[in-house]
Amino acid sequence: MDDKRARFEAQVLPHLDAAYRFARWLSPAPGEADDVVQEAILRAFRGFDALRGSDAKAWLLTIVRNCHSTALKQRQRRGFVPLPEENDAQDGYAMTAKTPDPQDDTIRRDEQRTLDRLIAALPEEHRTVLMLREIEEMDYRQIANVTNVPIGTVMSRLARSRAALKEQWLREAEGEPRAVR
Amino acid sequence: MQCAESLRVQAYFDGEVDAISAADIERHVANCEECRALLDDLNKVRAALRKDSSVERAPPELRAKIALALDRESAAEAPRPMAQDPPAAPGRGNRRVRSFWAGAFGGVGATALAAGLAMFLLVPRLSNPLTDELVNAHVRSLMPAHLIDVVSTDRHTVKPWFAGHADVSPVVADFESQGYKLVGGRVDYLDHQRSAVVVYQHGAHVINVFSWAANGRTLPGNATRSGYHLVFWKTGDLAYCAISDTAPDELDGLVRLLRE
Repeated sequence: MDDKRARFEAQVLPHLDAAYRFARWLSPAPGEADDVVQEAILRAFRGFDALRGSDAKAWLLTIVRNCHSTALKQRQRRGFVPLPEENDAQDGYAMTAKTPDPQDDTIRRDEQRTLDRLIAALPEEHRTVLMLREIEEMDYRQIANVTNVPIGTVMSRLARSRAALKEQWLREAEGEPRAVR
Repeated sequence: MQCAESLRVQAYFDGEVDAISAADIERHVANCEECRALLDDLNKVRAALRKDSSVERAPPELRAKIALALDRESAAEAPRPMAQDPPAAPGRGNRRVRSFWAGAFGGVGATALAAGLAMFLLVPRLSNPLTDELVNAHVRSLMPAHLIDVVSTDRHTVKPWFAGHADVSPVVADFESQGYKLVGGRVDYLDHQRSAVVVYQHGAHVINVFSWAANGRTLPGNATRSGYHLVFWKTGDLAYCAISDTAPDELDGLVRLLRE
């Protein structure tokens, strides 16, 4: 195998899962993330020489974000409107893992479903910042680079998404008062 | 309503402040009930997200598609080494480098030079087509409905099945008690022959064990490609390769059992 490919596989491909998650947070519609990630990996491979020692994960995720916005623009230009059920953030289906959980831990799975649904319901720019911080454990500067916003914006989006998530979580725990009123 | 320090408290929680600011913020939190509640909430949200949200992984089909796309890409890159591609890294430009090469390759001799360079660049890849073939075969096998031709956990079913379908008759054994469950067999065209593939399951991972007639040739070295590990060995004139995305140690575990 050639050297570039070997270095690419050692430095960039370990972040494939992170790239996939990020693409899913950007657009929870099933299938879209696959195309975005595949395109991003190819672009990363072509531009791999430009990486040179900088943070490979943040670099790859930046490319994923670029590919996502390109795909979005293309769809808009073509006037393609996703089917409502695919795009419905309230649906929650999209964020649920498809592989069955071997453990029969229904309570935990229930909590997971609720939380996944709440996360999916957050506005995209809040969801991505929150998940990059809490799941990918990136620092403010990395998040600012990946999402292409100033650090101050990262901080306020983090604060807002955390507050919103907590509030909605509490509301769920109280048992669907939304439906009653 | 909201404490003016809340963003600093959040930055403290996220480990973004230096020691002096941290001490300062801790003093503030000790006296501010609202910020104490905020810290508590931040902790709860983090705990919930890390414990209860689904942390997804790239599906195997996507991994497989990417491996194939990279194969095509590396093959395509060799014949046109000065193609205009790179960029993407923020704040980094290699335009200067590119235009230098564009200049160097411009003109009449460009095609001949590129062709020569392509030959040169292709050599390291051609030296190991078997490894490529094996990775491709493994990746293909992970696509839906390609994994197994004969489904059986019984080696007495799998072994005779190979006799009628493949050119070789490999070792077939079940190591379920050691964590490597025999799930079936398959025939793949490899190295110009019908090779026998024994399929094992180890946890969530699929291990393909390819076998083919070595015909006296030396085997490629063990390698890792696209996140798949390949281990080669020979028994008599039969060549084997075990390949999987499981951890290298665990792959070695099966290889050891097979060689015994």
